[in-house]
Parts: sequence; C-alpha cells; structure tokens
Amino acid sequence: MALTTQAAQAAHRPLIGWTLHDGLVVARRNLIQTVRVPELLFFSLVQPVIFVLLFAYVFGGAIPIPGDGGADAYRSYLMPGIFGQTVAFAAASSTVGLAEDMNRGLIDRFRSLPMAPSAVLLGRTFADAARQILVLAVLSITGLLVGWRITGGVLPAIAAYALLLLFAYTVSWVGSWIGLYMPNPETANTAGLVWLFPLTFLSNAFVPISSMPSWLQAFAAYNPVSTVVLACRRLFGNPTGIQPDYWPLDHAAWYTVISCAVVIAIFSTLAIRRFRRTTSR
Amino acid sequence: MARADSGSVEGPMSSEFAVVVRDLVKTFGDVRALDGIDLTVGTGQVVGLLGPNGAGKTTTVRILSTLLAPTSGSVQVAGFDVVRQPDHVRRAIGLTGQYSAVDEYLTGAENLRMFGGLYHLDAGYVKRRSAELLDWFDLSEAADRPARTYSGGMRRRLDLASSLIASPSILFLDEPTTGLDPRSRLGLWQVIKDLVAAGTTVLLTTQYLEEADQLAQDIVVIDQGKVIAHGTSEQLKDQIGGDRIEVRVTSIDQIAQAVAALAPLSSGEPIVEEDRVFTPVRSGSTVLMEAIRSLDANGVSVEDLVLRRPTLDDVFMSLTGHAAESEPQPVATGRRGRKK
Repeated sequence: MALTTQAAQAAHRPLIGWTLHDGLVVARRNLIQTVRVPELLFFSLVQPVIFVLLFAYVFGGAIPIPGDGGADAYRSYLMPGIFGQTVAFAAASSTVGLAEDMNRGLIDRFRSLPMAPSAVLLGRTFADAARQILVLAVLSITGLLVGWRITGGVLPAIAAYALLLLFAYTVSWVGSWIGLYMPNPETANTAGLVWLFPLTFLSNAFVPISSMPSWLQAFAAYNPVSTVVLACRRLFGNPTGIQPDYWPLDHAAWYTVISCAVVIAIFSTLAIRRFRRTTSR
Repeated sequence: MARADSGSVEGPMSSEFAVVVRDLVKTFGDVRALDGIDLTVGTGQVVGLLGPNGAGKTTTVRILSTLLAPTSGSVQVAGFDVVRQPDHVRRAIGLTGQYSAVDEYLTGAENLRMFGGLYHLDAGYVKRRSAELLDWFDLSEAADRPARTYSGGMRRRLDLASSLIASPSILFLDEPTTGLDPRSRLGLWQVIKDLVAAGTTVLLTTQYLEEADQLAQDIVVIDQGKVIAHGTSEQLKDQIGGDRIEVRVTSIDQIAQAVAALAPLSSGEPIVEEDRVFTPVRSGSTVLMEAIRSLDANGVSVEDLVLRRPTLDDVFMSLTGHAAESEPQPVATGRRGRKK
C-alpha cells in the first residue's frame, strides 16, 4: 500500500478568496447536477417558452399598450416581462435545492470541512443564477421567433441581460433563505413558489402599471420586478407604455441595482446566520 | 476497575492524546442525551464507542466533529477546542457519518475532487490522492460513474475515501458498517485496519459487539448518555467473570425452575430473556455436567444448552441488563445493581 501519508498542506490565500473559491467549488457541483438531470433542465426551459406563447397569442390581443399600438407591439412589450418573471422564478429552484441539500448527509460532511460556512449558499446562488444564462438564451430565441427585436444596440442589450442576471442572483438569495426553513423538499416546492406569483404579477411584466387601480400602482412601481422589466424594455428598445410618475420608474436601472444590492445584503446575512444555526436534520 | 481514563489529563494538550473529552453533557430540551461522558483516545489508537441505539454515540461523534455544540464539558480534538477552534479541528479530522455523505449525481472522482477543493488542497495533489484512494478502495473502474449507480458497499467506500482525501490524522467513523452485507463489512474492516496500521487515530461507534471486538483496542461502553464501562475487550470479558451458560427451555413456564436449578452454579446474577437464561458460572470442566444434572433433577425440559466464553454481548447484558443490539426490554430479573 503506497498511500500518500504526508499531511496534506493547504495553500494560503486570504479569507475572502477562500470563501469565493469554496462557493465556486459548490457551484460547480450544483451545475454538474443540472447536467446529470437533463429532464429537469428541459422542463425548466419549456415552462417559460409556454408562457411566451400563451401571453403572446392568448392574452396578447386583449391587453392594449397605451401609445404603442396592437398585438405586435404587445409581443415586444411582453418579452422583457417574461424575462423578468422567469429569472424571478429562479428563486424557487434555490429554495428546493437548498432544502434538498439540508436533508442529506452531505451537508454534515460540508459542515465538518474547513470550508467557508457560507460556501453552500454562495454555491447555490451562483449556480442558480448561472443557469439563467441558458434560460435567457432559449427565451431570447423564442422571442425572436414571435417577432420580438432588440433595437437599442449591443451595449444596452448586454446591460439589460446583466441586470436580469443580477436580479436572478438577488431572488436566489431570498429563495435560499426560505429553503433553510423548509422541513423537506416537498414543502419547499410549494413555499418556494407562492410568493413569486404576487411578486411577478403585481408588476408591469404583463400589463402596464397605468392600467392598475391607483393603490396597486404604488406597489407595482416600487416592485423591483417592474423596474428590472422597465429598464430592460428601455435598453432593448421595446415599447414601455406610459409610466405613472414614480421615482423608481423614472430611474428604473438605478433603482434595480440599488434594490438588488440591499436585498442581497439583507438576505445573505439572514441566510448565512440561519445556516450556521441549523444543525442538519 | 477498567475506568481506564481516571488519571487526570488536564492542562495543555500533548500529542499523546488525539481526543480528550471531559464531563461532556448535551441536552436537547429536557432530554439529557449525554450525561457526563469522559473519554480519551491516544494518538494512533482505535477506540470503539459501543452502545445500543439512542445511547448517545452519534451525538458524541457529532460534537467531536464540530457539527453540534456541547451543552457543557470540554472537548479537545488534535489539541484544539471544538468550540473555540472548530476550523483547526476540521483540518485534522475526517468524518464518515451514518448516512451517505457523497453527492449522488457526481461521479466518484468528482466527489473526491470537490472535497479536496473544499479542504483547500492543491489540485495536483487532489488528483494524485484521488487516484490512489479510488484504487485502494477498489473504485477505479466506477470512478467516472455517478455515485447513485453505486451499490451500498461501494457508496460506503466512497464515503470513507472522501473523508480521507486530506489524509486526516484522526478519523471518526459513525457506525461504518451498518446496513452492509457481510462481505462488504469484512472489506471495510480490512480498510480500517490498514488505516490504523498507517498511524491514523480512529474513533468508531458501533452497535455490533463483534465489530468493536475486531477493530478496537479500547472499548468504551455507553448507555443512556453515560460511560458504563471502559477497557480492552479482554478486560471487559474478565470483568464479568468466567464462562457463561445459556439455557433455552422447551416451555416458557419452566423458566423460574431453570433459574433455580442453575443458581448453585452461578457466579453472578442470571439474566432471563423470554425462554432463555444466561448465567455466568465458575470455570471448571465439570460445570456443564453439573448443570445438566441439576436441570434434570429439577424436571426442566431443555431445548438447548451452551457453555461458552463470554462475548461482548454478555458484557453488555451484564452491564445494562439488556442486549446491545435491540431496544431496552423488560427483563424478569430487572436491572443489575452494578451501574457504576
């Protein structure tokens, strides 16, 4: 038996560097899982495509976009909304993924390793956001097929995709935090979704804010889903409808970046604290 | 006797001891899962923590491996305090828990690579070490298959390989062979013996007396969160006296008569379990004959009668009044007085 017996030497690196390194190691594991279960990936891509077709052809004709014309305009208006809604639902996969992780013996091994305690959460959020790159690519192609076009130029379009990924990463932290409270993956499956429906539908994703009752308009205007969608419409050069007078809607991109930073700061703190306190079940 | 750790081991840790546990208490709500455990494991030693389900074995291992905080008491592993210096402890230990702790979707090689990365080991080292471990654990051919396609025995081996990626000096094994078929169990025993031969300190828990007997130099018996005995396998067997007679009666009604018939030969208190009587007897070549005569004279119809050297099972029986591998059950003779 010629086993290596000398004590393994760990390399030196600053703490932040190791945290990031550990997060990426776990993210890699989560992404490999995605590849190993192609069925799950397939259906998570089919769902938003179905949304595009449903909204474009079923509801499309019935939802007028003030100032911008007919059903073709609605399809252009719709696509950034579908983008926003879809990346928001990335949170649900974080909730389920983390609930599954916490129910496995694997988490005990992770906790017994000299790794950064936040790495499991970082890895989860990195991987779930990274998966959205593929989702956005498939959605964009679907959009082009139903008549959606990018008319605002390349750099603004890149900025729009970057905003969507930032938003996906943000909701993924919220979803992760919820996942840590779930007793099992089944519960996580339900709880991970319930809050996303009001969040995404009480926004300008599918209908203009100006069509809502005034008390709802305020909520929708401050909802980051609205601002990320509105910012994308502007950056892609798509119709936006007419905006009521709210600060977030006037500064949609900035408001999105700031609110994402705040939400990440709050929920990463809460989730890491919760993770440290949770002994695996 | 056999309170082997009665000497005081206070003050700064020497490298003489890999694990030092003093008066460890863990409560969950009103339940005292651990009720003052004392335990030392010498460097390079194998200690078996033996006890039935719910005795506190897993809780002890979880505290030693920094997964659970103790309620009170002190625990040092590799010279570091598990509460104040968990990261130092984690660098020194490997843990194989009761449940599979590998990623099902990753291949064997990918699992090892991931754990090596999380130990912050150099990628080249991890690669060499993984190949070595996969080879040693007979997993080379399965290295590129997802772990969920592995058999129970293979998964356990991968589990153990994962905990060895950083060549830890101390290894915690929580019921390492539970649920394995006999062949896989023997294979894993050999692996553990090899590790010990290479100088690794091992603390393993088991509810299989045979396993503790096979692997551990030193055995700590715990029940209901307390250490009830401590010593080598031989010491524990000596502690409960000479040979044992086990009698199974044809009819359960005759059990009292059987106990009475064996009483003159007994060197300790008999234990009754359903239709069986176990009793320690003084040694000697005539004892078996005497037992048969006495049972016959008392009109006891015997189904089966055995005279044998005590096993750790008997040790456990005589210490706790119940068998090691099952839940505590009401025993006609009640608990024995020897609690401490």
